[in-house]
Amino acid sequence: MQILQYLINGISIGAVYAIIALGYTMVYGIAKMLNFAHGDVIMVGAYISFCVTNYLGLPSIVSVAAAVAVCTLLGIVIEGLAYKPLRGTSSLAVLITAIGVSYFLQNAAQLIWSSSPKNFTSIVTMEPISLMDGQLVITGEVLVTVAASIVVMLGLTLFTGKTRTGKAMRAVSEDRDAAQLMGINVNQTISTTFAIGSALAAVAGVLLCSTVPTLMPTTGSMPGIRAFTAAVFGGIGSIPGAMLGGILLGIIETLSKAYLSTQFSDAIVFSVLIIILLVKPAGLLGKQVQEKV
Amino acid sequence: MKKFIALLLAAMMVMSMFAGCQSGSEQTATTAAQDQPTGEQAAADTGAAVKIGLTGPLTGGNSEYGLAVRGGMEIAVEEINAKGGLQIEFKAEDDEADGSDKAVSAYNTLKDWGMQIFAGAVTTGSALAIAAETVNDQIFMLTPSASAEDVALTGSNIYQMCFTDPNQGASAAELMSQKWPDATIGVIYDSSDPYSTGIAEGFLAKAEELGLNVAVDDAAFTADNKADLSTQVTQCKDAGCDMVFLPFYYTEAAQVLTYANTVDYHPTFFGCDGMDGILNVEGFDTTLAEGLVLMTPFDANATDEATVSFVTKYKENNDGKVPNQFAADGYDVIYALYNACVAAGIDGSTSAADACALLQEQFSTMTVDGLTGKGMTWDENGMISKAPAAVVVTDGIYVPIS
Repeated sequence: MQILQYLINGISIGAVYAIIALGYTMVYGIAKMLNFAHGDVIMVGAYISFCVTNYLGLPSIVSVAAAVAVCTLLGIVIEGLAYKPLRGTSSLAVLITAIGVSYFLQNAAQLIWSSSPKNFTSIVTMEPISLMDGQLVITGEVLVTVAASIVVMLGLTLFTGKTRTGKAMRAVSEDRDAAQLMGINVNQTISTTFAIGSALAAVAGVLLCSTVPTLMPTTGSMPGIRAFTAAVFGGIGSIPGAMLGGILLGIIETLSKAYLSTQFSDAIVFSVLIIILLVKPAGLLGKQVQEKV
Repeated sequence: MKKFIALLLAAMMVMSMFAGCQSGSEQTATTAAQDQPTGEQAAADTGAAVKIGLTGPLTGGNSEYGLAVRGGMEIAVEEINAKGGLQIEFKAEDDEADGSDKAVSAYNTLKDWGMQIFAGAVTTGSALAIAAETVNDQIFMLTPSASAEDVALTGSNIYQMCFTDPNQGASAAELMSQKWPDATIGVIYDSSDPYSTGIAEGFLAKAEELGLNVAVDDAAFTADNKADLSTQVTQCKDAGCDMVFLPFYYTEAAQVLTYANTVDYHPTFFGCDGMDGILNVEGFDTTLAEGLVLMTPFDANATDEATVSFVTKYKENNDGKVPNQFAADGYDVIYALYNACVAAGIDGSTSAADACALLQEQFSTMTVDGLTGKGMTWDENGMISKAPAAVVVTDGIYVPIS
């Protein structure tokens, strides 16, 4: 019974990692850059949702929509101002810029909302399902998060596979120069990717804070790094991989906390990651690309 | 045009980084300006004022604590200077709770200003970095809130106004053995934080001595994985704990209480002084904290005259904000130093080293009554001895435990 409860806890946090990881993997797969500010866009999304619910008193569905709208806009603005001018320069320059954007967002949030923590009210109003005399509890948040991550994953897979823009994204991902020669607007495609990634971040922020209610300017950074790990674990650039990596990371983390050691759970999680990467360097579902010389 | 936009953005970014500091230094400036006339007056009356300095996080993620201590100290300084007699000049420097170079450079700034007595630091990391310096400089140090044992043990010139962490843990265990002798206890703590670990170790040692039934003693988390505390709560639930000890800050405690409620787990939660503030978390459903027991040396709802007057003044100075125990600790620190200075005949002309020797003599023998305790004394290591106080949250306010 115990193990089932731990599994559910693991899936709950894993599904949150999965949604964040989907955003990471999208941007990396197509723009070939690590957007370290992704975790902080999540935090902004959560704050927007918190403000709309608590200060304006609007229903939670409106707050989610507002968070998605603001984050999408924020993503486009960040991309246009900070990353677009660096297109074509070394990837290190873009990486450092991303770290700068991350600090900028955290400091700006501290200025606007102060550093004292806020308690996020869950957007899920469903009563928890209690099984076997309350020994096993499945909260509404778990169901909603898991459902949302599956919907997002399927949606992204269909989008990149079937639509015109999605196909353009895949082309840019495979070979940027060739795509440009084929008449694809590379800049615009990358901007669209950022917009989608940031919209996902808003959803992730709301779900993260519904699961773990503490909201601070640094709320996004640690889960962001976890999710990045999950994306690498599952094979960065692969959409189902991010989902699988996130869920597995959550489960391994929870089970090692429960049965091995709470203090060493991080060491255990990251040891598993190292072993997987030694055996499968491209991650669980990543594609091994042959370098042609 | 492009360059202009880039410049504008760069300027905005720089502003956002420093805006916090700006408001901090502005406030320090107004304090200095307020103090100046009384300072000059004092110089005319009794010779120069005693210079007391504080370092603490006035900006950044821990600024709540630093600003509270400074606010409490300012009230004490205002009261003392209004009395006439020995005057105090007070200055606070920002160390951002950064134990490395920032704390020491804030301390050095105060030394350049002519500080005679050091009334910091607010956080343990900074206090440890500065403690060694004060030993070399022979400057007396009385920290309001740096609670690690190592701070007081660094030198004979260092004293603490708050409980040391292991002492707080031990008194929590004693309280439990008196009030809940049959409880099955679970302990959740932050193993990456010296404050939390210190309390947990002190608690577990005392609990073993007293024969308390501790069923879960290793449900730890770290700063890196504290985003999810559901496993630790589940462990306590499965072990049948009806009392859960939470020696960490209210930020994480709010998470524990919320999760426990969703899985319909309702033991008695027991917190330490870091739990103080949980009722003020924006958006937190305070009914979840109903029945929560916490050890705090200061209760802003107390009706004694000293507390009421302090709370009223603090609210006036700080936009209606209710003072927490950090503010009360700061207030007591200034009064303890003032009493000792008067008794030892220290004034602005005494050198820092002489003041240090005289104050050590005073603190080893004197007894102080303050907001955070009555009949407070210090042992030979500079650690405080005072009666622990605990409250229980009832109908959304603290009620002293009988």
